[in-house]
Amino acid sequence: MRMLPRFLSGLLCLCLLLGLPLAAQAQDDPGQALLDPLDTASYADKGEAIEAIIASGDARSRRWLEALLGGKLQRHKDTGRFVVVVENRGRSWPVVDALSFEDAGEMSRRELDRIGINNALRGQLQGALAVLDLHADEVRERREAARALLGDVDASLAEPLRAVIDGEEDAEVRRLLEQALAIHRLEEGEAEAVDALAGSLNSRVRSALNAASRSEDPELAAAATSALADIEQKMKLNRGLETLYFGLSLGSVLVLAAIGLAITFGVMGVINMAHGELIMLGAYTTWAMQQLLPGQPGLALLLAIPAGFLVAALAGVAIERGVIQFLKGRPLETLLATFGVSLILQQLVRTVISPQNRTVVSPEWMSGSLMLNEGLSLTLNRLYVLGFALVVFAGLMLVMRRTRLGLEVRAVTQNRAMARAMGIRATRVDILTFALGAGVAGLAGVALSQLTNVGPNLGQSYIIDSFMVVVFGGVGNLWGTLVAGLSLGVINQVLEPWAGAVLAKIVVLVFIILFIQKRPRGLFPQKGRAAEG
Amino acid sequence: MTPCRPAMRPHWLAAPLLSLAVATPALAQEDPIKVGILHSLSGTMAISETVLKDTVEMLIEQQNEQGGLLGRELEAVVVDPASDWPLFAEKARELLAQEEVDVIFGNWTSVSRKSVLPVVEELNGLLFYPVQYEGEESSENVFYTGAAPNQQAIPAVDYLMNNVGVERWVLAGTDYVYPRTTNKILEAYLKSHGVGDDDIMVNYTPFGHSDWQNIVSEIKAFGSQGKKTAVVSTINGDANVPFYRELGNQGIDAADIPVVAFSVGEQELTGIDTAPLVGHLAAWNYFMSVDTDANYDFIDAWIEHTGDEMAVTNDPMEAHYIGFNMWTEAVRKAGTTDVDAVKDAIIGVSVPNLSGGHAAMMPNHHITKPVLIGEIQDNGQFSIVWETPSTVAGDAWSDYLEGSRDLISDWRAPMECGNYNVVRGSCGGNQAEEVAAE
Repeated sequence: MRMLPRFLSGLLCLCLLLGLPLAAQAQDDPGQALLDPLDTASYADKGEAIEAIIASGDARSRRWLEALLGGKLQRHKDTGRFVVVVENRGRSWPVVDALSFEDAGEMSRRELDRIGINNALRGQLQGALAVLDLHADEVRERREAARALLGDVDASLAEPLRAVIDGEEDAEVRRLLEQALAIHRLEEGEAEAVDALAGSLNSRVRSALNAASRSEDPELAAAATSALADIEQKMKLNRGLETLYFGLSLGSVLVLAAIGLAITFGVMGVINMAHGELIMLGAYTTWAMQQLLPGQPGLALLLAIPAGFLVAALAGVAIERGVIQFLKGRPLETLLATFGVSLILQQLVRTVISPQNRTVVSPEWMSGSLMLNEGLSLTLNRLYVLGFALVVFAGLMLVMRRTRLGLEVRAVTQNRAMARAMGIRATRVDILTFALGAGVAGLAGVALSQLTNVGPNLGQSYIIDSFMVVVFGGVGNLWGTLVAGLSLGVINQVLEPWAGAVLAKIVVLVFIILFIQKRPRGLFPQKGRAAEG
Repeated sequence: MTPCRPAMRPHWLAAPLLSLAVATPALAQEDPIKVGILHSLSGTMAISETVLKDTVEMLIEQQNEQGGLLGRELEAVVVDPASDWPLFAEKARELLAQEEVDVIFGNWTSVSRKSVLPVVEELNGLLFYPVQYEGEESSENVFYTGAAPNQQAIPAVDYLMNNVGVERWVLAGTDYVYPRTTNKILEAYLKSHGVGDDDIMVNYTPFGHSDWQNIVSEIKAFGSQGKKTAVVSTINGDANVPFYRELGNQGIDAADIPVVAFSVGEQELTGIDTAPLVGHLAAWNYFMSVDTDANYDFIDAWIEHTGDEMAVTNDPMEAHYIGFNMWTEAVRKAGTTDVDAVKDAIIGVSVPNLSGGHAAMMPNHHITKPVLIGEIQDNGQFSIVWETPSTVAGDAWSDYLEGSRDLISDWRAPMECGNYNVVRGSCGGNQAEEVAAE
């Protein structure tokens, strides 16, 4: 322990030696004078320092601002040298010099002082970067920059922005910039600015109009209020569509979680309480794939689809062979035994991997949202999950209706003895059916890893919902599961805004209980002799 | 009291080496001092509580390397209450009655603490509780080293009101006792500062809620009314990941509507891709990014103890660090581990915290803490943007709740009362608690 201070001081000397020539060199560099004022505790002073950097027109200013925005611009405590951190995870970070952008080795977080920013400065930096982006070559980048400027235009930016508008070719960019300018004019109290904003569904525009409608100036307040009323009208339709989308999206999650169960419970009649844990295994497979393919979350996710299916299917086979086959026709024992299996699987994950949640990264193409219009955008990850649920459903229908396996499954479940008499190996069919249901649960896990936590408790939160959907839809009917899942999702989301999340859940449960009282076999009851079995 | 850097070896080696140490004559003369650890290692709460068990084990190891306490070895007694609230009480009884531990470090959820409380009081044990909680409690046998609402929620709201200029408030929480009480206190506090009813939206969701689409969309609409809006989140545990994901995907930027969370720390962020969340806030009394040598030593020791380069530290871990050091200090002061002697000795004990200051045990069994506001960074850490100029003493009974504002707690003689009513001039008993819970 005595060694440590000496080692540190040695390191310090080395740094000082290295730092001296750099300091001498830095004095000649105008960049040092620009960066120095950033190292202050006052956020107001930092704001001024940023202004100075922007005004300097230094070629490196963009990289400085980006580093500052990312919290990567740091200063060495002893030498005062500014560096940009390349990767800031772990204890020791690779850095580059902030003036020359040359490699400066590794520095530990003990030696570095971060140039911290807060939300106000972040807004200022984003605005400054957006202004720089207005000159980008790509139209898409210019549009994004213009959108980012909505509500962020101040007096100093107004003049240069007018010049940019005149030089801009793309109509959309021009329209957005004019709106950004109009918000600024509105804040200055110009009633005419309302015309430029009329009909826009953008939330920042609405926010600005709302503020203006409370203005002292009666003319401005009246103009803003009437513009808002018009916008509200349009928003109503948007809100309806949005709620429908939310409902379908929640429904698709329910369908995905339940559809595997619709096979194992619905078709085979096995009450499998470990169904949730099979979903969890699928999610953990996604995580494992991302660990195996670092830096390629998208590819890992695609590969996780077959991998998740296989892992969960194999686990399913193990459960079927190890537990369920011995308990055939004894539903209560099956329920208890599979519940035990679910607890074992959970604790296994806790012990072997970690009780902590694992990070599953969303690939770039699944983040953000698809903008239909300014007031309505659909979150991409949920859109993909919705599509995935439908594809899985279609695939499953195909297997059940069009393949030999599907035919055999239906034969065995309808009349086991007769099917065996016809030469169908019932045991093999049992294994394959259970594996199919389990595998589909694994697929649900892959999809859920993009929406919720990947942790040991993942499965528990879906098991009740899954049984609910299958029972509501009609046991043994895949179409019933689809319709039940989607409609429960929509009902839940319609109820939620005025009942609250807790009450909405209760209302849905009560509704299902009453419904089952009236129609014990669910939405789509099986007909004929099969229903008696 | 700065922790010694433990020797460089993985902790699985530590166990056999420890037992060797017990065999050495100097320490073996007396029985070891038993330290009970009551944290869930399985079930839903294992996600948060396992690291606290490891923290106490690490602190015990460090203490033993320094020669133990009063010349005696410390020994950890670990039990697993399995996230099952009644089991917490049984396990506490097992620790106190069978194992006869001298002190217990444990619990996370308020409901588990409430379940343990009568047992610890009946068997006269010592419990150090390391998590931020809703207040409205002060027990003779419990030491609250986490934050009371006035050490976390109120300063966070002050920061948003004064430094960010927030005028509209969404109070979003999970539907149980901590968020409900905290939000009640916050609502009263906001109204006392002139915030109107229309500018407060309260929303509760069930445990583990995973579908946040509607609520996030409502927050978005609530925030587009021309006034600066912020979300104060007491959303608990697992539900945070889908909530933050939905925020990111619906494009709610921290610059537009900042979310300040009271239950999201470094540990919770390890399960989230934080890039879309940069700038959202959390209020704690400690962040892993605190720039002090004491903190870096603690982090290094923790990384060596877990053997994981990427291991993170968080606020409740610091609370255990403070609580453990306070307890050892008090035992040294009292010269014995006798519960009554330690209880008296610990009031007024002051030990260094990890953020460069000191924490002192107050007569109401709460401690002094600095309040820090941090913004989430893309590496899952927080950047500290604001802190209270000095430490804040924990207030067991909130000044903003009817019935609770007249109560004080002082466990020193001659008062020795956890809920003394200053208006009536008597020790309140359970009536006062019931009033406060209304």
